[in-house]
Amino acid sequence: MAAKIKVPERAKRGEIIEIRSLAIHIMETGFRHDNVGRIVPRHIVDTFTCEYLGKTVFSATLHPAVAANPYFVFHLRAERSGEIRFTWRDDKGGVITERANLEVTDP
Amino acid sequence: MLQATAAGMALSLIPWRFAQASPEAMAQAVLTTFGDRPIREGRVLLELPKLAENGNVVPVTVTVDSPMTEQDHVVAIHLFSERNPLPNIVAVYLGPHNGRARVATRIRLAETQKVLAVARMNDDSLWSASVEVVTTITGCG
Repeated sequence: MAAKIKVPERAKRGEIIEIRSLAIHIMETGFRHDNVGRIVPRHIVDTFTCEYLGKTVFSATLHPAVAANPYFVFHLRAERSGEIRFTWRDDKGGVITERANLEVTDP
Repeated sequence: MLQATAAGMALSLIPWRFAQASPEAMAQAVLTTFGDRPIREGRVLLELPKLAENGNVVPVTVTVDSPMTEQDHVVAIHLFSERNPLPNIVAVYLGPHNGRARVATRIRLAETQKVLAVARMNDDSLWSASVEVVTTITGCG
């Protein structure tokens, strides 16, 4: 399991930065049949969380209607230098994590 | 036998075979999420292609008119579907630390339908926008 994130390396304090995140995940809906007519069991990422400086700054609850390889673009106000952590959890106990460091400089 | 396999494969490509959602199911999901509080149209910009050629991957961007300050910010944005098997698509949770109330993602649409976005503000008011999307290849996954 893997993920891709795009976070700027540095930002000025107070600057609003764009964060792009993508987890590699099938997002099996649970509504499809295999080629012998059995339902393919649901297997989806159901929660996504982004933490910055130890605080949750963005989260999502996902349903099967989120496309495969869940992708989110959102924003964050740069406060001070620190780690941004990303966590995707699926309904079979799978966890994908990713992290980035943001360097925040004085404006 | 070959035929049966081919049929089975074709079947597996038919998405959302249990398409059950309806405008009523969506209304019920909205009621479950927000109670019977009024939802006003406005403050929400919901950007979706008018024509989704591939219902498996439909880009969507929601922007809410909000200063995103401690006093006045978006708490959550919910997306609902009228014609997918399930009415809930995704919910995202925001706060003043986001600075900008704009979120993009990619969703699945089983067929031509209306997509509804509802934003909940920190004063608990609810604002919405909806867009009709024509889907040519329906979304399965």
